Amino acid sequence: MSAPLLGVGGDEYQNNITLLSSPTSLESVCQNGSELKERNYMGLSDCSSVDSSAKSSTSDYSCCGLNLKATELRLGPPGSLSLGRGLECCPESSTAIDEKLLFPLHPLKALVTGNKRVFSDAMNGTSEGKHVSASEVDTMLSPRPSLKPSVKASKEVSAAHQTKVKEAVYKAAVLEMPHAPTESRPGHIAATNNDASAPATKAQVVGWPPVRQFRKNNLTTTSKNNDEVDGKASNGASFVKVSMDGAPYLRKVDLITYSAYQGLSSALEKMFSCFTIGQYGSHGAPGAEMMNESKLKDLLNGSEYVLTYEDKDGDWMLVGDVPWEMFIDTCKRLRIMKSSDAIGLAPRAVQKNQGKK
Amino acid sequence: MCMFQSVMNYFPEEVLDHVFDFLTSHRDRNAVSLVCKSWYSVERFSREKVFIGNCYAVNPERLIDRFPRLRSLSLKGKPHFADFNLVPHDWGGRVYPWIEAMAKSRINLEELRLKRMVVSDESLELLAKSFPNFKSLVLVSCEGFTTDGLAAIASNCKFLRELDLQENEVDDRKGHWLSCFPESCTSLVSLNFACLKGEVNVAALERLVARCRNLRSLRLNHTVPLEVLQKILVQAPQLNDLGTGSFTHDPNSETYVKLKNAMKNCHSIRSLSGFLDVNGRCLPAVYPICTSLTALNLSYAPGLFSNELAKLIYHCKKIERLWILDTIGDKGLGVVANTCKELQELRVFPSDLYGVGNAAVTEEGLVAISAGCPKLNSILYFCQQMTNAALITVAKNCPNFIRFRLCTLNPVVPDAATNQPLDEGFGAIVQSCKGLTRLSVSGQLTDQVFLYIGMYAEQLEMLSIAFAGDSDKGMLYVLNGCKKLKKLEIRDSPFGNMALLSDMGKYETMRSLWMSSCQVTLGACKTLAEKMPRLNVEIISENEGGAGEGEARLDDRDRVEKMYLYRTLVGPRTDAPDFVWTL
Repeated sequence: MSAPLLGVGGDEYQNNITLLSSPTSLESVCQNGSELKERNYMGLSDCSSVDSSAKSSTSDYSCCGLNLKATELRLGPPGSLSLGRGLECCPESSTAIDEKLLFPLHPLKALVTGNKRVFSDAMNGTSEGKHVSASEVDTMLSPRPSLKPSVKASKEVSAAHQTKVKEAVYKAAVLEMPHAPTESRPGHIAATNNDASAPATKAQVVGWPPVRQFRKNNLTTTSKNNDEVDGKASNGASFVKVSMDGAPYLRKVDLITYSAYQGLSSALEKMFSCFTIGQYGSHGAPGAEMMNESKLKDLLNGSEYVLTYEDKDGDWMLVGDVPWEMFIDTCKRLRIMKSSDAIGLAPRAVQKNQGKK
Repeated sequence: MCMFQSVMNYFPEEVLDHVFDFLTSHRDRNAVSLVCKSWYSVERFSREKVFIGNCYAVNPERLIDRFPRLRSLSLKGKPHFADFNLVPHDWGGRVYPWIEAMAKSRINLEELRLKRMVVSDESLELLAKSFPNFKSLVLVSCEGFTTDGLAAIASNCKFLRELDLQENEVDDRKGHWLSCFPESCTSLVSLNFACLKGEVNVAALERLVARCRNLRSLRLNHTVPLEVLQKILVQAPQLNDLGTGSFTHDPNSETYVKLKNAMKNCHSIRSLSGFLDVNGRCLPAVYPICTSLTALNLSYAPGLFSNELAKLIYHCKKIERLWILDTIGDKGLGVVANTCKELQELRVFPSDLYGVGNAAVTEEGLVAISAGCPKLNSILYFCQQMTNAALITVAKNCPNFIRFRLCTLNPVVPDAATNQPLDEGFGAIVQSCKGLTRLSVSGQLTDQVFLYIGMYAEQLEMLSIAFAGDSDKGMLYVLNGCKKLKKLEIRDSPFGNMALLSDMGKYETMRSLWMSSCQVTLGACKTLAEKMPRLNVEIISENEGGAGEGEARLDDRDRVEKMYLYRTLVGPRTDAPDFVWTL
């Protein structure tokens, strides 16, 4: 009757649920509840299929993704589907339920009823990178003179809505961003597209997530400050250029995504394997934060190349001396140097290692 | 009862007065004043601290009339959802009329605590000049004033002990308000200006700290550099509560070494916050303080990595209140769970509001915390995803929650493992936590969750609902079931007229009801307003056009976008702007 209970603490919980259903009044309610639930699931499955299609196209993601997003929002919050009911004669909850079933499948129906879906279609027509949220659209509709559903009215208000959107909490800029991602972000957007567990909609809803404006402003300012100071985006990305002597073009890696030198060196090896003549040598060393002697020796002895980095002071350093966290903090760019050029660095390191042995 | 009454009548009023002195909670005092007329009378003359949860429920005249000995006033203005930009800017909540009335009646005001109110510079100037014994000003989430108003407070309040500004929107005129504290001012106990954006005169700050030997709480803003912090700590090792300003410096410098030493000398610091601009490598300076910290707020430091946070927290074994960002990750929360056995309140804020990053926590972190921290009773958790299983586990581990606020970054996300609604999970929480007074739900939710809430959440006073429910039944379960409900706020949920009108008397037992983007129509709101004269039913339009136009154009059958209703003793308010229409 009630939702399938999960294993954890399931038994005692099930007992409680059966107790719930014993009074007759509740029983009828619960039955209705299950009916409602079934309908939800149908809506949900449509929602998820919409989700995956939303995720697969970057350009649709936030910008014109408002179309899919708008649909998602309607599917998700059950109420939003039947919002705008009030524009018709009687908002009865039973009709609301029926409509909800139909809505995911027949968005065109909305044109007739003239709720905010119409508005969103109008917005799509103008293909602006504006987000549409249930509450935002509704707030537009309610104070405006004509509340009679009509596409024309919606288009008229769309211009005013644009100003409204600009005043909205979430910066419109964020939504225009995906078309011109900042340098530090491409990896993230790509990651989000590939990441199946990413939230279905990066909901650009007014007032969601519910965080005080003061706190939001502070996050933005602080990240700007950190950017100036460290040259890193404070959401965790730290892309640095990697150049290799003799290669025709450079690459970029996000240092944050690696937890130790080993990860970084294997990634670089993969990236530049097409260019190297020699091998980087084995990286089967046991997990240690610092590059240990054997790895370094392999790198140096087994290959013509040395991995170096430029630190905050502008000096070129051998990769591997400092703890990993300190390294990603100070590294500005990487360079895969020919051993012959690394006269000042490599021999010293080898000697040091030999000395340790 | 008669015998009791006659026994009590033997006591002269002075004795009753003395007995009532021991009653500090305003709820106790309210209860006591209802017993009989003489108790009402004694109580009202003896009450010095008054708390008003909704500034429009009464007016200044009635306040002063009933409590002539008023010394401390707490006022709250805008509805809670104003924090999230759902209430238009000029809605109301001005404090000026209150200050003006108290000044006129020569109230001996010593303390004023305001939340979500509009405070103008004129109000602050009037406040500063009208109450010679004024001691304490606490402003939380307020707006409308500038540093000129603060200068007035600093210059005129000779016995000022506390100036506490929390998360206010202040227009910083960079006018050296801090220098306005006269050299004779030595009474400061608490100074918090962390929310100010502009620079302060650091020399004046250092002198102020040096001469206020009773200073216990100091929270700086981000413009105060580390060097100055170091000097301040040398002057004030007796601090209990420190909010650092900027916390970034070269860890190899002499200044940093001096800071480390100064911190070692601060044995009394129990609460630490700030880090408004932080370099992770400077964090080790605070490790010596960490061992005795009971409160730590790192929620304004998005630049700290999970491992840096974990290392810091590892030292904080006595923490009772922890506010952090979700950059800490589930793993970091695991460290918290293993280390912070005294933890009572945890708040995990989102670091990434636009949803393009990876930093977030999931249900795993929450479960770990619930398993590791047996004293946990209050949580605010912004997460990427949640499951019913996790919530059920949390409910079993922590039956002592009084505040449980869960916020999924996607407002309608279902159970991440089973794709079901999160009804069962929240149901488990309300069933297990019998003392729950505040609940915020999120994720995909049907009417079922409200059935559980109505059935089990007997102590619930405040409920926040967003994008949840299927029908009026949901809201009805809550209204019928939660006997102690005081504040209900709902947005984007399919609750309509039937639910709104089913038990109109209920709203007089509550402080307020907020409904936005729901299904209620104008007609129903009008009916409610007509039948319940002691409620103000406000219809809030977005802006311009205004209620004037709206009134003419809005049909009774039209949906109302934003409705805010609250009980009141004084009828419709006189300061409502155009876009607010009180029915």
